[in-house]
Amino acid sequence: MSLSLKTIVEGLLFVAEEPLSLEKISEITEGASLDRLQKVMDELAAEYEETGRAYVLCNVAGGYQFRTRPELSPYILRMKKKSPARLSRATLETLAVIAYRQPILRAEIEKIRGVDVGGVLKTLLEKGLIRVAGRKDLPGKPIIYGTTKKFLETFDLPSLDALPSLEEMESLGQEKEGKLF
Amino acid sequence: MDLNVKLEIYEGPLDLLLHLIKKNEVDIYDIPIALITSQYLAYLELMESLNIELAGEFLLMAATLTQIKSKMLLPVLEEDQEEEEEDPRMAIVRPLLEHMKIRDAAEALERRAILDRDVFTRDVSLADLGLAPAEEALVEASLFELIDAFQRLVSKFEAVSGLDIYLETRTLQERINEIIIFLREKRQASFEELTAKDRTKAEFILSFLAVLELARTGCLRLYQHQTAKVIMLFFADQPHFVKTQPNEPDREEDRDYEEDQVE
Repeated sequence: MSLSLKTIVEGLLFVAEEPLSLEKISEITEGASLDRLQKVMDELAAEYEETGRAYVLCNVAGGYQFRTRPELSPYILRMKKKSPARLSRATLETLAVIAYRQPILRAEIEKIRGVDVGGVLKTLLEKGLIRVAGRKDLPGKPIIYGTTKKFLETFDLPSLDALPSLEEMESLGQEKEGKLF
Repeated sequence: MDLNVKLEIYEGPLDLLLHLIKKNEVDIYDIPIALITSQYLAYLELMESLNIELAGEFLLMAATLTQIKSKMLLPVLEEDQEEEEEDPRMAIVRPLLEHMKIRDAAEALERRAILDRDVFTRDVSLADLGLAPAEEALVEASLFELIDAFQRLVSKFEAVSGLDIYLETRTLQERINEIIIFLREKRQASFEELTAKDRTKAEFILSFLAVLELARTGCLRLYQHQTAKVIMLFFADQPHFVKTQPNEPDREEDRDYEEDQVE
Protein backbone atom coordinates (compact mmCIF):
# COMPACT_ATOMS: atom_id res chain seq x y z
CA MET A 1 0.00 0.00 0.00
CA SER A 2 1.44 3.29 -0.96
CA LEU A 3 1.04 5.79 1.78
CA SER A 4 -0.64 9.06 1.10
CA LEU A 5 0.31 12.08 3.12
CA LYS A 6 -3.22 12.09 4.47
CA THR A 7 -2.84 8.58 5.84
CA ILE A 8 0.44 9.46 7.49
CA VAL A 9 -1.02 12.57 9.08
CA GLU A 10 -4.04 10.61 10.26
CA GLY A 11 -1.78 8.03 11.84
CA LEU A 12 0.28 10.66 13.62
CA LEU A 13 -2.84 12.33 14.95
CA PHE A 14 -4.19 9.00 16.14
CA VAL A 15 -1.14 8.26 18.24
CA ALA A 16 -0.25 11.76 19.43
CA GLU A 17 -1.02 12.56 23.03
CA GLU A 18 -1.03 16.28 22.57
CA PRO A 19 -2.34 18.54 19.85
CA LEU A 20 0.03 18.22 16.89
CA SER A 21 1.13 21.38 15.16
CA LEU A 22 1.56 21.56 11.42
CA GLU A 23 5.20 22.51 12.00
CA LYS A 24 5.77 19.34 14.00
CA ILE A 25 4.14 17.19 11.33
CA SER A 26 6.18 18.89 8.65
CA GLU A 27 9.30 17.99 10.62
CA ILE A 28 8.23 14.36 11.02
CA THR A 29 7.24 13.94 7.39
CA GLU A 30 10.51 15.51 6.37
CA GLY A 31 9.40 18.55 4.56
CA ALA A 32 5.76 18.42 3.64
CA SER A 33 4.85 22.06 3.17
CA LEU A 34 2.61 23.75 5.69
CA ASP A 35 0.14 24.69 2.97
CA ARG A 36 -0.17 21.12 1.87
CA LEU A 37 -0.52 19.89 5.44
CA GLN A 38 -3.19 22.47 6.11
CA LYS A 39 -5.10 21.23 3.09
CA VAL A 40 -4.76 17.61 4.21
CA MET A 41 -5.89 18.60 7.68
CA ASP A 42 -8.97 20.38 6.36
CA GLU A 43 -9.83 17.35 4.23
CA LEU A 44 -9.44 15.02 7.19
CA ALA A 45 -11.53 17.26 9.41
CA ALA A 46 -14.28 17.39 6.79
CA GLU A 47 -14.21 13.61 6.33
CA TYR A 48 -14.57 12.91 10.03
CA GLU A 49 -17.30 15.47 10.31
CA GLU A 50 -19.25 14.16 7.35
CA THR A 51 -18.97 10.46 8.04
CA GLY A 52 -20.38 10.94 11.51
CA ARG A 53 -17.45 9.42 13.37
CA ALA A 54 -17.49 9.42 17.15
CA TYR A 55 -14.55 11.77 17.13
CA VAL A 56 -13.71 14.83 15.12
CA LEU A 57 -10.52 16.68 14.33
CA CYS A 58 -10.23 19.81 16.44
CA ASN A 59 -7.92 22.75 16.10
CA VAL A 60 -6.72 23.42 19.64
CA ALA A 61 -3.74 25.09 21.27
CA GLY A 62 -1.89 25.64 18.03
CA GLY A 63 -2.31 22.08 16.83
CA TYR A 64 -4.74 19.38 15.81
CA GLN A 65 -6.23 16.63 17.92
CA PHE A 66 -8.94 14.03 17.71
CA ARG A 67 -11.67 14.65 20.23
CA THR A 68 -14.94 12.90 20.86
CA ARG A 69 -18.17 14.61 19.97
CA PRO A 70 -19.73 16.51 22.87
CA GLU A 71 -22.94 14.46 22.53
CA LEU A 72 -21.04 11.41 23.75
CA SER A 73 -19.98 12.92 27.04
CA PRO A 74 -22.71 11.34 29.22
CA TYR A 75 -21.61 7.86 28.12
CA ILE A 76 -17.92 8.55 28.46
CA LEU A 77 -18.35 10.06 31.90
CA ARG A 78 -20.33 6.99 32.94
CA MET A 79 -17.52 4.77 31.70
CA LYS A 80 -14.90 6.82 33.49
CA LYS A 81 -17.06 6.74 36.60
CA LYS A 82 -16.25 10.27 37.53
CA SER A 83 -18.00 13.54 37.32
CA PRO A 84 -16.05 16.28 35.61
CA ALA A 85 -14.33 18.80 37.82
CA ARG A 86 -16.45 21.92 37.76
CA LEU A 87 -14.98 25.35 37.98
CA SER A 88 -16.85 27.63 40.33
CA ARG A 89 -18.18 30.91 39.04
CA ALA A 90 -15.53 32.84 40.96
CA THR A 91 -12.83 30.69 39.39
CA LEU A 92 -14.25 31.04 35.89
CA GLU A 93 -14.60 34.80 36.20
CA THR A 94 -11.07 35.20 37.45
CA LEU A 95 -9.87 32.99 34.61
CA ALA A 96 -11.81 35.13 32.15
CA VAL A 97 -10.20 38.31 33.53
CA ILE A 98 -6.75 36.79 33.11
CA ALA A 99 -7.51 35.40 29.66
CA TYR A 100 -8.70 38.74 28.35
CA ARG A 101 -6.39 41.11 30.17
CA GLN A 102 -3.13 39.20 30.32
CA PRO A 103 -0.41 39.81 31.28
CA ILE A 104 -2.09 41.05 34.43
CA LEU A 105 -1.21 41.75 38.05
CA ARG A 106 -3.13 40.28 40.94
CA ALA A 107 -4.05 43.81 42.07
CA GLU A 108 -5.52 44.53 38.63
CA ILE A 109 -7.56 41.32 38.71
CA GLU A 110 -8.89 42.25 42.12
CA LYS A 111 -9.81 45.70 40.91
CA ILE A 112 -11.91 44.25 38.12
CA ARG A 113 -13.44 41.48 40.20
CA GLY A 114 -13.96 43.69 43.25
CA VAL A 115 -12.86 40.90 45.59
CA ASP A 116 -9.77 39.16 46.88
CA VAL A 117 -8.59 36.51 44.41
CA GLY A 118 -5.73 34.87 46.31
CA GLY A 119 -7.43 31.52 46.82
CA VAL A 120 -8.81 31.39 43.31
CA LEU A 121 -5.40 32.15 41.79
CA LYS A 122 -3.94 29.26 43.72
CA THR A 123 -6.64 26.93 42.40
CA LEU A 124 -6.03 28.07 38.84
CA LEU A 125 -2.27 27.64 39.21
CA GLU A 126 -2.77 24.16 40.62
CA LYS A 127 -5.02 23.24 37.73
CA GLY A 128 -2.36 24.51 35.34
CA LEU A 129 -4.77 26.87 33.63
CA ILE A 130 -2.73 29.95 34.45
CA ARG A 131 0.95 30.54 34.98
CA VAL A 132 3.27 33.10 36.41
CA ALA A 133 4.24 35.02 33.30
CA GLY A 134 6.98 37.03 34.95
CA ARG A 135 7.35 40.00 37.22
CA LYS A 136 6.50 43.59 36.59
CA ASP A 137 9.14 46.23 36.96
CA LEU A 138 7.36 47.96 39.81
CA PRO A 139 8.22 48.32 43.48
CA GLY A 140 8.04 44.88 45.04
CA LYS A 141 8.35 43.24 41.61
CA PRO A 142 4.76 41.96 41.60
CA ILE A 143 3.96 38.74 39.77
CA ILE A 144 2.10 38.91 36.49
CA TYR A 145 -0.23 36.15 35.39
CA GLY A 146 -1.12 34.70 32.02
CA THR A 147 -2.96 31.67 30.70
CA THR A 148 -1.29 28.41 29.70
CA LYS A 149 -1.44 26.04 26.76
CA LYS A 150 -3.57 23.83 28.94
CA PHE A 151 -6.08 26.65 29.14
CA LEU A 152 -6.41 26.58 25.34
CA GLU A 153 -6.67 22.80 25.35
CA THR A 154 -9.27 22.78 28.10
CA PHE A 155 -11.49 25.37 26.50
CA ASP A 156 -11.18 24.10 22.95
CA LEU A 157 -9.43 27.20 21.64
CA PRO A 158 -6.95 27.21 18.73
CA SER A 159 -5.21 30.29 20.16
CA LEU A 160 -5.83 33.26 22.41
CA ASP A 161 -6.93 35.26 19.37
CA ALA A 162 -9.82 32.86 19.03
CA LEU A 163 -11.40 34.17 22.23
CA PRO A 164 -14.46 36.16 21.22
CA SER A 165 -13.82 39.82 21.92
CA LEU A 166 -15.47 41.31 24.96
CA GLU A 167 -17.39 43.68 22.71
CA GLU A 168 -18.84 40.78 20.73
CA MET A 169 -19.62 39.20 24.03
CA GLU A 170 -21.73 42.15 25.02
CA SER A 171 -24.02 41.88 22.06
CA LEU A 172 -24.09 38.15 22.56
CA GLY A 173 -25.08 38.68 26.16
CA GLN A 174 -28.03 40.75 25.08
CA GLU A 175 -29.44 38.09 22.81
CA LYS A 176 -28.54 35.41 25.27
CA GLU A 177 -32.10 34.92 26.39
CA GLY A 178 -32.95 33.35 23.04
CA LYS A 179 -30.24 30.86 22.29
CA LEU A 180 -26.96 29.67 23.59
CA PHE A 181 -24.65 30.33 20.70
CA MET B 1 -23.95 32.12 71.41
CA ASP B 2 -22.41 33.58 68.36
CA LEU B 3 -22.98 31.75 65.17
CA ASN B 4 -20.60 32.59 62.37
CA VAL B 5 -21.77 31.86 58.87
CA LYS B 6 -20.11 32.88 55.66
CA LEU B 7 -22.67 33.46 52.98
CA GLU B 8 -21.43 33.22 49.42
CA ILE B 9 -24.44 34.56 47.59
CA TYR B 10 -22.80 37.79 46.66
CA GLU B 11 -19.19 37.14 46.12
CA GLY B 12 -18.36 40.81 46.04
CA PRO B 13 -19.89 44.26 46.20
CA LEU B 14 -20.20 44.42 42.41
CA ASP B 15 -22.29 41.25 42.40
CA LEU B 16 -24.58 42.69 45.02
CA LEU B 17 -24.93 46.00 43.16
CA LEU B 18 -25.70 44.22 39.94
CA HIS B 19 -28.34 42.19 41.70
CA LEU B 20 -29.97 45.33 43.10
CA ILE B 21 -29.94 47.01 39.70
CA LYS B 22 -31.57 43.97 38.13
CA LYS B 23 -34.09 43.59 40.92
CA ASN B 24 -35.22 47.19 40.62
CA GLU B 25 -35.14 47.00 36.82
CA VAL B 26 -33.25 50.22 36.48
CA ASP B 27 -30.95 51.44 33.74
CA ILE B 28 -27.32 50.90 34.55
CA TYR B 29 -26.46 54.26 32.93
CA ASP B 30 -29.04 56.06 35.05
CA ILE B 31 -28.88 54.42 38.44
CA PRO B 32 -31.25 55.93 41.04
CA ILE B 33 -28.42 56.28 43.45
CA ALA B 34 -30.45 57.08 46.57
CA LEU B 35 -32.61 54.00 46.16
CA ILE B 36 -29.75 51.65 45.36
CA THR B 37 -27.58 53.03 48.16
CA SER B 38 -30.29 52.57 50.77
CA GLN B 39 -30.96 49.01 49.61
CA TYR B 40 -27.27 48.27 49.56
CA LEU B 41 -26.84 49.53 53.11
CA ALA B 42 -29.93 47.64 54.23
CA TYR B 43 -28.37 44.48 52.90
CA LEU B 44 -25.16 45.12 54.79
CA GLU B 45 -27.17 45.72 57.96
CA LEU B 46 -29.04 42.50 57.45
CA MET B 47 -25.79 40.64 57.02
CA GLU B 48 -24.46 42.24 60.16
CA SER B 49 -27.53 41.30 62.19
CA LEU B 50 -27.14 37.73 60.98
CA ASN B 51 -23.57 37.85 62.12
CA ILE B 52 -22.36 37.17 58.64
CA GLU B 53 -18.82 38.20 58.05
CA LEU B 54 -18.46 40.75 55.29
CA ALA B 55 -15.33 41.44 53.36
CA GLY B 56 -13.86 44.92 53.58
CA GLU B 57 -14.70 45.50 49.92
CA PHE B 58 -18.39 45.69 50.81
CA LEU B 59 -17.73 48.55 53.19
CA LEU B 60 -15.56 50.35 50.68
CA MET B 61 -18.37 50.18 48.15
CA ALA B 62 -20.81 51.46 50.77
CA ALA B 63 -18.55 54.46 51.29
CA THR B 64 -18.27 55.04 47.54
CA LEU B 65 -22.05 54.87 47.10
CA THR B 66 -22.66 57.30 49.95
CA GLN B 67 -20.10 59.67 48.53
CA ILE B 68 -21.72 59.58 45.10
CA LYS B 69 -25.11 60.13 46.66
CA SER B 70 -23.95 63.22 48.53
CA LYS B 71 -22.22 64.56 45.43
CA MET B 72 -25.45 64.20 43.50
CA LEU B 73 -27.33 66.09 46.19
CA LEU B 74 -25.04 69.09 46.03
CA PRO B 75 -26.22 71.79 43.71
CA VAL B 76 -23.85 72.23 40.82
CA LEU B 77 -22.46 75.75 40.61
CA GLU B 78 -22.81 77.45 37.27
CA GLU B 79 -19.08 77.91 36.84
CA ASP B 80 -18.55 74.24 37.42
CA GLN B 81 -21.13 73.32 34.88
CA GLU B 82 -19.03 74.83 32.13
CA GLU B 83 -16.30 72.36 32.87
CA GLU B 84 -18.83 69.59 32.28
CA GLU B 85 -18.03 67.54 35.25
CA GLU B 86 -18.56 63.84 34.76
CA ASP B 87 -21.57 62.22 36.32
CA PRO B 88 -20.29 61.00 39.70
CA ARG B 89 -22.13 57.75 39.14
CA MET B 90 -19.63 56.82 36.45
CA ALA B 91 -17.29 55.83 39.28
CA ILE B 92 -19.43 52.74 39.79
CA VAL B 93 -20.94 52.38 36.34
CA ARG B 94 -17.58 51.71 34.70
CA PRO B 95 -16.52 48.88 37.02
CA LEU B 96 -20.04 47.48 36.80
CA LEU B 97 -19.92 47.35 33.03
CA GLU B 98 -16.52 45.72 33.12
CA HIS B 99 -17.82 43.25 35.67
CA MET B 100 -20.79 42.39 33.45
CA LYS B 101 -18.53 41.84 30.47
CA ILE B 102 -16.34 39.49 32.47
CA ARG B 103 -19.38 37.64 33.74
CA ASP B 104 -20.53 37.12 30.18
CA ALA B 105 -17.03 36.06 29.17
CA ALA B 106 -16.95 33.53 32.01
CA GLU B 107 -20.33 32.17 30.97
CA ALA B 108 -19.15 31.90 27.39
CA LEU B 109 -16.08 29.94 28.55
CA GLU B 110 -18.35 27.67 30.56
CA ARG B 111 -20.42 26.91 27.47
CA ARG B 112 -17.45 25.84 25.37
CA ALA B 113 -16.71 22.20 24.63
CA ILE B 114 -14.61 21.67 27.74
CA LEU B 115 -12.00 18.94 27.74
CA ASP B 116 -12.82 16.02 30.03
CA ARG B 117 -16.33 17.31 30.52
CA ASP B 118 -17.79 17.54 27.02
CA VAL B 119 -15.04 16.26 24.82
CA PHE B 120 -12.37 13.68 25.42
CA THR B 121 -9.09 12.62 23.93
CA ARG B 122 -7.55 9.21 24.02
CA ASP B 123 -5.76 9.45 27.29
CA VAL B 124 -3.78 6.48 28.32
CA SER B 125 -1.62 7.24 31.27
CA LEU B 126 1.92 6.08 30.66
CA ALA B 127 2.26 5.18 34.29
CA ASP B 128 -0.75 2.86 34.02
CA LEU B 129 0.87 1.03 31.16
CA GLY B 130 4.11 0.74 33.07
CA LEU B 131 6.00 2.53 30.37
CA ALA B 132 8.78 4.91 31.08
CA PRO B 133 8.00 8.51 30.38
CA ALA B 134 10.55 10.16 28.15
CA GLU B 135 13.06 11.80 30.40
CA GLU B 136 12.94 15.16 28.66
CA ALA B 137 9.34 15.37 29.70
CA LEU B 138 10.41 15.59 33.32
CA VAL B 139 10.11 19.00 34.85
CA GLU B 140 11.18 20.14 38.24
CA ALA B 141 8.24 19.62 40.54
CA SER B 142 6.91 22.58 42.44
CA LEU B 143 5.32 22.47 45.83
CA PHE B 144 1.90 22.47 44.18
CA GLU B 145 2.60 19.28 42.29
CA LEU B 146 3.92 17.69 45.41
CA ILE B 147 0.82 18.60 47.33
CA ASP B 148 -1.29 17.26 44.48
CA ALA B 149 0.51 13.96 44.66
CA PHE B 150 0.10 13.98 48.40
CA GLN B 151 -3.63 14.53 48.14
CA ARG B 152 -3.99 11.88 45.48
CA LEU B 153 -2.19 9.31 47.57
CA VAL B 154 -3.56 10.22 50.95
CA SER B 155 -7.08 9.74 49.65
CA LYS B 156 -6.50 6.01 49.39
CA PHE B 157 -6.11 5.87 53.14
CA GLU B 158 -9.33 7.70 53.72
CA ALA B 159 -11.29 4.91 52.13
CA VAL B 160 -10.60 2.64 55.09
CA SER B 161 -13.17 3.35 57.73
CA GLY B 162 -13.04 2.37 61.33
CA LEU B 163 -11.13 3.36 64.35
CA ASP B 164 -7.64 4.59 63.70
CA ILE B 165 -5.30 3.55 66.41
CA TYR B 166 -1.66 3.71 65.68
CA LEU B 167 1.54 3.59 67.54
CA GLU B 168 4.26 5.95 66.65
CA THR B 169 6.80 3.41 65.64
CA ARG B 170 9.25 5.57 63.77
CA THR B 171 10.51 9.06 64.10
CA LEU B 172 10.90 11.47 61.23
CA GLN B 173 14.67 11.09 61.41
CA GLU B 174 14.38 7.33 61.13
CA ARG B 175 12.14 7.61 58.12
CA ILE B 176 14.54 10.09 56.51
CA ASN B 177 17.38 7.63 57.01
CA GLU B 178 15.33 4.83 55.50
CA ILE B 179 14.60 6.91 52.45
CA ILE B 180 18.24 7.87 52.04
CA ILE B 181 19.29 4.22 52.18
CA PHE B 182 16.53 3.25 49.78
CA LEU B 183 17.42 5.97 47.30
CA ARG B 184 21.17 5.58 47.55
CA GLU B 185 20.71 2.11 46.23
CA LYS B 186 18.01 2.76 43.66
CA ARG B 187 19.12 6.24 42.61
CA GLN B 188 15.58 7.13 41.69
CA ALA B 189 12.06 6.19 42.64
CA SER B 190 8.57 7.44 42.23
CA PHE B 191 6.78 9.03 45.10
CA GLU B 192 4.17 6.26 44.93
CA GLU B 193 6.82 3.61 45.16
CA LEU B 194 8.41 5.19 48.16
CA THR B 195 5.15 5.28 50.05
CA ALA B 196 3.90 1.91 48.86
CA LYS B 197 4.68 0.20 52.15
CA ASP B 198 2.93 2.78 54.26
CA ARG B 199 -0.04 1.12 55.88
CA THR B 200 -1.60 4.03 57.70
CA LYS B 201 -2.19 7.65 56.99
CA ALA B 202 0.20 8.55 59.78
CA GLU B 203 2.96 6.52 58.16
CA PHE B 204 2.24 8.08 54.84
CA ILE B 205 2.35 11.57 56.25
CA LEU B 206 5.65 10.72 57.91
CA SER B 207 7.05 9.70 54.52
CA PHE B 208 5.77 12.87 52.96
CA LEU B 209 7.37 15.01 55.63
CA ALA B 210 10.61 13.12 55.19
CA VAL B 211 10.56 13.79 51.46
CA LEU B 212 9.89 17.46 52.06
CA GLU B 213 12.74 17.66 54.51
CA LEU B 214 15.12 15.88 52.14
CA ALA B 215 14.12 18.13 49.27
CA ARG B 216 14.59 21.20 51.42
CA THR B 217 18.07 20.18 52.45
CA GLY B 218 18.92 19.33 48.86
CA CYS B 219 19.45 15.61 49.45
CA LEU B 220 17.05 14.76 46.70
CA ARG B 221 15.60 16.39 43.64
CA LEU B 222 11.97 16.21 42.67
CA TYR B 223 10.85 15.97 39.09
CA GLN B 224 7.48 15.37 37.62
CA HIS B 225 6.56 13.70 34.39
CA GLN B 226 4.52 16.22 32.48
CA THR B 227 1.72 14.01 31.27
CA ALA B 228 1.79 11.04 33.60
CA LYS B 229 2.01 13.36 36.63
CA VAL B 230 4.27 10.92 38.43
CA ILE B 231 6.58 12.60 40.89
CA MET B 232 10.07 11.19 40.63
CA LEU B 233 12.69 11.45 43.33
CA PHE B 234 16.32 11.48 42.36
CA PHE B 235 19.14 11.02 44.79
CA ALA B 236 21.04 14.26 44.72
CA ASP B 237 24.68 13.23 44.58
CA GLN B 238 23.75 12.45 41.03
CA PRO B 239 24.27 15.96 39.72
CA HIS B 240 21.81 15.64 36.87
CA PHE B 241 19.54 12.81 36.07
CA VAL B 242 19.90 10.36 33.21
CA LYS B 243 21.63 12.44 30.57
CA THR B 244 24.74 13.14 32.58
CA GLN B 245 25.03 9.61 33.82
CA PRO B 246 28.64 8.85 32.79
CA ASN B 247 28.66 5.09 32.46
CA GLU B 248 25.17 3.93 31.84
CA PRO B 249 23.57 4.60 28.52
CA ASP B 250 20.12 6.21 28.55
CA ARG B 251 18.40 2.98 27.71
CA GLU B 252 19.62 1.32 30.83
CA GLU B 253 18.11 4.05 32.90
CA ASP B 254 14.82 3.73 31.07
CA ARG B 255 14.59 0.07 31.80
CA ASP B 256 15.24 0.64 35.45
CA TYR B 257 12.36 2.96 35.57
CA GLU B 258 10.12 0.61 33.69
CA GLU B 259 10.67 -2.09 36.26
CA ASP B 260 9.99 0.34 39.02
CA GLN B 261 6.69 1.20 37.54
CA VAL B 262 5.56 -2.37 37.04
CA GLU B 263 6.19 -3.40 40.57
